[in-house]
Amino acid sequence: MTQNTRIPFHRDPAVRAIAAQVVALLLVIYGLYSVFENTVNNLVARGMQTGTGFFDEVAPFKIGFSPFLDFSLGETTYLEVFFIGIQNTILIAVLGIIAATLLGFFVGVVRLSPNWLASRAALGYIEMFRNTPLLLQIMFWNFAVFLPSLPAPKNSIEMGFVYLNARGIHVPTPVVEDSTGLWIWMALLMALCIGLYRFARLAKARFEETGERLPVFWINILGFLAGGYVLYFVAGSPLGWDTPELGRFNFKGGGQLPLPMFSLWFALTVYTSAFIAENVRAGIQSVSHGQTEAAHALGLSRKDTVNLVVIPQALRVIIPPTISQYLNLTKNSSLAVAVGFEEIVALWAGITLNQTGQALIIIAMTIAVYECLSLFTSAVLNWYNRRVQLTER
Amino acid sequence: MTDQNSQFVPIPDRPAPATTVGPVAWIRDNLFGSVSSSLTTLLFLYLFFTYVPLFIDWAILSANWTGSDRSVCDANREGACWTFIGVRLEQILFGLYFGSNPDQVWRPVTVFIVFFALLIPLMMERTPYKKWLALTLLIPFPVLFYVLIHGGSFGIPVADTTQWGGFLLTFALAFVGILFALPLGILLALGRRSDMPVIRAICVTYIEFWRGTPLITILFMASVMLPLFFPAGVEFDKVVRAMIGITLFQSAYTAEAVRGGLSAIPKGQYEAAMALGLGYWRRTAFIILPQALKISIPSIVNTFIALFKDTSLVSIIGLLDLLNMAQTASRSLEWNGYDMEGYLFAGFIFWMFCYGMSRYSQNLERKLDTDRRH
Repeated sequence: MTQNTRIPFHRDPAVRAIAAQVVALLLVIYGLYSVFENTVNNLVARGMQTGTGFFDEVAPFKIGFSPFLDFSLGETTYLEVFFIGIQNTILIAVLGIIAATLLGFFVGVVRLSPNWLASRAALGYIEMFRNTPLLLQIMFWNFAVFLPSLPAPKNSIEMGFVYLNARGIHVPTPVVEDSTGLWIWMALLMALCIGLYRFARLAKARFEETGERLPVFWINILGFLAGGYVLYFVAGSPLGWDTPELGRFNFKGGGQLPLPMFSLWFALTVYTSAFIAENVRAGIQSVSHGQTEAAHALGLSRKDTVNLVVIPQALRVIIPPTISQYLNLTKNSSLAVAVGFEEIVALWAGITLNQTGQALIIIAMTIAVYECLSLFTSAVLNWYNRRVQLTER
Repeated sequence: MTDQNSQFVPIPDRPAPATTVGPVAWIRDNLFGSVSSSLTTLLFLYLFFTYVPLFIDWAILSANWTGSDRSVCDANREGACWTFIGVRLEQILFGLYFGSNPDQVWRPVTVFIVFFALLIPLMMERTPYKKWLALTLLIPFPVLFYVLIHGGSFGIPVADTTQWGGFLLTFALAFVGILFALPLGILLALGRRSDMPVIRAICVTYIEFWRGTPLITILFMASVMLPLFFPAGVEFDKVVRAMIGITLFQSAYTAEAVRGGLSAIPKGQYEAAMALGLGYWRRTAFIILPQALKISIPSIVNTFIALFKDTSLVSIIGLLDLLNMAQTASRSLEWNGYDMEGYLFAGFIFWMFCYGMSRYSQNLERKLDTDRRH
C-alpha cells in the first residue's frame, strides 16, 4: 500500500485561496462593468450626454456668500462654482471645529466637576444634543428660533460694529489700503514668530539646566498679540475697515454671514461639542488614579499634576476620536442644504445638478471631495497614532 | 494567664459622625465643597429658577391641549399649541395615507404593538428563549410588517411604499437598514480580516468608500443615479431607493463595529478551533462569530442609533419621514406658524428612542466589561 501524502488538488488551502480571490475579483469586475454598461445604455436611451463640457458655461444663478473667491453673476463659470462650494465647506468646517472644540472641552470638564449640579447639567446637555438628529437641530435653530426671534434689519441688534438681524450677521471687513505695508507687516510678524520660537527654545534649555520654569505659553501668547499690535503701527497701519452701515432696506458695506450659515454653524457646534465632551470625559477618566497619586507623592503641585501628568496622557485618548468627530462635522456640514447655505452639496449637487442635469459627473465630483477630506483625516490620524506609539514605553 | 472562657466581643460600630452622612453632608460635599463650587451652585440655581419655570409655563401650564383647530391656539399665544400635535398625531406618526384613513390605523398600531412585545423582553436580562425572540424579530416580523402595512393580500387595501410616512417611514428605513446591513456588514468584516489580499482590498475599499461620504450625498446618488445603474425596465420608487442607499451606507459602519468584536477574540480561540479540525466556515460560524457578535452588540447598537437619527436626512430628498411630516404639518395652511411645537414633538420622539438605545448599550457594555475592572 503506497502512502499518498499529497493533498488532493481541490483541497489545497493555497489553491483554494487563489481560486476564491479570482472568483471574488471577477464578480466585482463583472458587477462594476454591468453598472457601467447599464449606465451608458440608459444615458443613450434617454438622450443624455455626459461630460465636462458644462464646466466653462456661465452659471445663471446668484451665490450670496463667497468671502474669498470672487463671484459675479453672468461671469462665474460652473467650475468656479464648484470651487466656491469647496471654499464654503472648508470655511464652515473650520469655524465649526474651532467652536466645537472649545465648547466640547468646556462641557467635558464641567461633566467631571465635583459640583453635582454642574456635572448633571453637563450630562443633560450631552444626552439632549447627542440623541436628536442633527438635521432636526439645524432646522429647529434656523426656522423655530433665530428666524422668528431676530429683528428686521432696521432694528438690528448692535454689538460694536457688528449687527445681528434676521438676515444674518454683518461684520466689518478689513480692506488693504497699502499693500507694501501689508507685506512689511507680514514679514515683521514672521520675524516675531521666529523670535518667540527662539525664546521658547532658550527657556527650555534654561529649564533643563537650572530647573527654573518660565510661563512660556502665556509669554508667547501675550508677546504675539502685543507685538503684532505694535508692529501693525510700525508697518504704517496697512489695513482699513469697511464697516457695515444701515441703508434704506439693508446693510451696505462690510461682510455678511447669512443667517443659514450662522444657524448651521451654531447647530454643528452644539451637536459636535456633545460628542467631544464625551471624548474629553472618557480621556480624563482613563488616566488612572495612581498617576495622580504618584505625581502628588513626587511633590508636584495640583496645577503641575494636571498640566504635566494628567493632560498629556488624557490627550492621547482624547485626540483620535476627536479627529474623527472633526471629519464627521465636515461631512455633516452637507446638511446645509436644508437651510440653504451654499456649500458643496447645496451648491454643486443641488443647484448645479438641477440646472445642468449632469448627475453622473457632479455626484462623482462631490463624492471625490469628501473622499479626499476623509483620506486626509485618516492620514493625520495614522500619523498621530504612530507618533504617540513611539513615545509609549 | 488569660481566662479561657472570655471571648473577643467587639463593641458595636458607632454611627458615622453626623458631618459625613445624610443629606446635609451630601449637599455640603457635592454642592458647596469649595468657594468656586458654591458659586457654581448659586449660578446654576439662578439659571434654573429663571428659565425652567418659563419653559414649564409655556409647555404645560399655559399650553393649549384641547380643541380641533387653530382658533384655540391663536386666542392664547402664551402657551404651546399641543392641539396641533393632537389633531395631526396620526399623520405625524403614520403618514398621509393612514392619517387620512382612520379606519386603517389599526394596521400600523398592530405592527408597533407586536414589535414592542418582541423587543422589550429581548432587552431584559432574564428572558428565556432569547434566540428565538431575536429570530422572530428578524424574519417573521418583517413579513408581518409588509403584509399589514403594504397590504394587498387578505383583503387589506394596498398602501405602497410611497404612501408610508411619519414615524412609520422612519422606523421602516431604520429597520430595513439594520436588517440587511447586518449580514452584509458581518461578511465585510470577515473579509477585512481575511488572509487573502484581494478580498481584503475589496472589503477595505468598499468600507472606506461608504464611510468617507456623507449620507446625504449617497441619498442624492441613490435617488438620481440608481435608476441609471440598472437595466432598463428595472424600476424602484423613491422609498426603496433610499432604503438601498441607507443599507449600503450602514453596512460599512456595521462592518467596522463587527471588526472591533472580531479583533477582541483571543488568538487561542482560532487555534483551538483549528486544532479540532474545523474548517474556515465552521470555525467562524460556531466558534468566532458567536463570541465576536456578543462583544460587538454595544457598538452595533451605537451605529444603529446614528442610523436612526440619520434617517431624518431622507426629508431632504423629499420623503415624508417623521421630521418632514412634522414640518409639513406645521407649515400647512391650517397650522402655519407652529414650527416650534412640530420640531419639539418630532425631536422628543427621536430623543426617546435614541436615549433608550444608548442607555441599553451602556448597560450592556458595563455587563460585558466585568473581567476588565481595575
